[in-house]
Amino acid sequence: MTLLDHVPSEAQLRRSAYRRRQTVYSVLVAAFSTAALGTLLVIAVTGAPGWDRVRRSFLDPEIARDALPTVLSGLWLNVRLLVCCAVGALLVGLVIAVLRTLRGPVFFPVRALAAGYTYTFRGLPLIIVLYLLTLGVPGLRLQGMPPVLVLGGVALVLTYGGYLAEVFRAGIESVHSSQLAAARSLGLTYRQTMRHVVLPQAVRRVAPPLLNDVVALQKDVGLVSLAGPIDAVRAAQIATAQTFNYTPYVVAGVLFVLLAIPLIAVTDWVTLRAARRQSGG
Amino acid sequence: MASRSRLLALTLAGAVVVATAGCAPQKELPTPTVTTGLSCAKDSLPTRTPGKLTIATDQPAYEPWFSKDKPESGEGFESAVAYAVAEKLGYARADVAWTRVKFDTAIAPGPKDFDFDINQFSITEERKQAVDFSAPYYLVRQTVIALKSSKIAGRKSLAELRDARLGAQVGTTSYQAITDVIKPAAKPQVYNSNDDAKKALQNGQLDGLVVDLPTAFYITGAEITDATIVGQVPQVGTPEAFGLLLDKNSPLTSCVSGAVGQLAAAGTLKELEQKWLAQVAGAAELR
Repeated sequence: MTLLDHVPSEAQLRRSAYRRRQTVYSVLVAAFSTAALGTLLVIAVTGAPGWDRVRRSFLDPEIARDALPTVLSGLWLNVRLLVCCAVGALLVGLVIAVLRTLRGPVFFPVRALAAGYTYTFRGLPLIIVLYLLTLGVPGLRLQGMPPVLVLGGVALVLTYGGYLAEVFRAGIESVHSSQLAAARSLGLTYRQTMRHVVLPQAVRRVAPPLLNDVVALQKDVGLVSLAGPIDAVRAAQIATAQTFNYTPYVVAGVLFVLLAIPLIAVTDWVTLRAARRQSGG
Repeated sequence: MASRSRLLALTLAGAVVVATAGCAPQKELPTPTVTTGLSCAKDSLPTRTPGKLTIATDQPAYEPWFSKDKPESGEGFESAVAYAVAEKLGYARADVAWTRVKFDTAIAPGPKDFDFDINQFSITEERKQAVDFSAPYYLVRQTVIALKSSKIAGRKSLAELRDARLGAQVGTTSYQAITDVIKPAAKPQVYNSNDDAKKALQNGQLDGLVVDLPTAFYITGAEITDATIVGQVPQVGTPEAFGLLLDKNSPLTSCVSGAVGQLAAAGTLKELEQKWLAQVAGAAELR
């Protein structure tokens, strides 16, 4: 009896029909409850006494159209900074985490320095780091001072490198010591063990929180605007100052969400995949 | 072009005040006496001391508004304006008495021991609740300042500033002056506060910083002494206006305002501005 001749039993047919009905039913219920909630929200917001004024000052389509080009050109700065700073912070974080997990008494100063770095830069408010680097360092008047954007980028990399280092370290320490022992007993050196056994597992495990920090970084790169460059939020602020209307901020906010959606989708997908792998699927 | 519109604005403001006071501005009158309703003749003016005009300012009085903290010298822009107004009202120099009143005291409500106060008071709706203002005698101009070592120090025209890295505080008329008037090739740098902008200027991250003229005098005179004023930018946006301050509902307000309006219409204020701010204080006009 091959698979092709397989005729499902009466009971099996009933079961699958029941499942189909259940699926349709649950979709209908979900649609209905969503519609009901949406209607309630719309009525609550648009029925509010101040709705007209809010709509005029936050949702003016004409002002949005006028502000869009400048906000977009500001957003381009955010995107470039985000890519460079995310790569930089991931590298810095990984290096610091590896240094913090080195074994042996001879590496004590290295471990202490790495630990001190993470303590300092996770504790320091980003704005202060930015001020020190973008307005303080140029005051030294050294030769070959990099432009303010680079300095701002360095401040972001330092701060976020501290967060990411701790995430990486948690990943490294979550790899069971038996893995390390097995690798060493096969004759791998410490470096080979880290490279081929520990780090691949560690990075996979902490991919979701890493990406989460990158999403947070996306919103913080705009803070370099305090040193002069015009990012999306700053462009919106300037447009708002000229029109006394807050719509440009809403435009910038929508663009930021649109920018974050792909990142967040990737985070969710990675999390899901990791969960499936963990549960032996 | 810009100067003409400023003259027009001053004239208009003066005319409005005069008109609301129930007087028509006299075009070709040799004497400042206004003929309708209220007489602005010296003898009938209810000043604090009859026959004398008591003018107040702060102590110390700063350059270039006053010279060497001596308002009675007639030197410095505001001292010169004060004497010009006094003359319009018919007071000789000997009839003018000066007194010193703190800035904050002057704008607070309550009786005043001066006829009018001249001390860079911006006319605001909020202050109008507590005191009276004359017609504006000065519309604040935006100004480019730079370190003396900067490449733009000593440049003479707007065109020469096209290649400069300029900065300003966010949401200010100063920023508008960069984007709408100077239009440099490089994107302007924007700061949360003038303090951040001054730091960037000191660091050499900016070639020039745009602030309003009174701030420019303060920064170059007291805060960053190795900075200098490059020049004044043509008027842009809605500038702040300085007015003479009087007691709330003072009987003198309409006459003093009328005098300021006439000085504006005659071009006297513009001449004084040219002389004391552009030439003596070195804030040249960039065109």
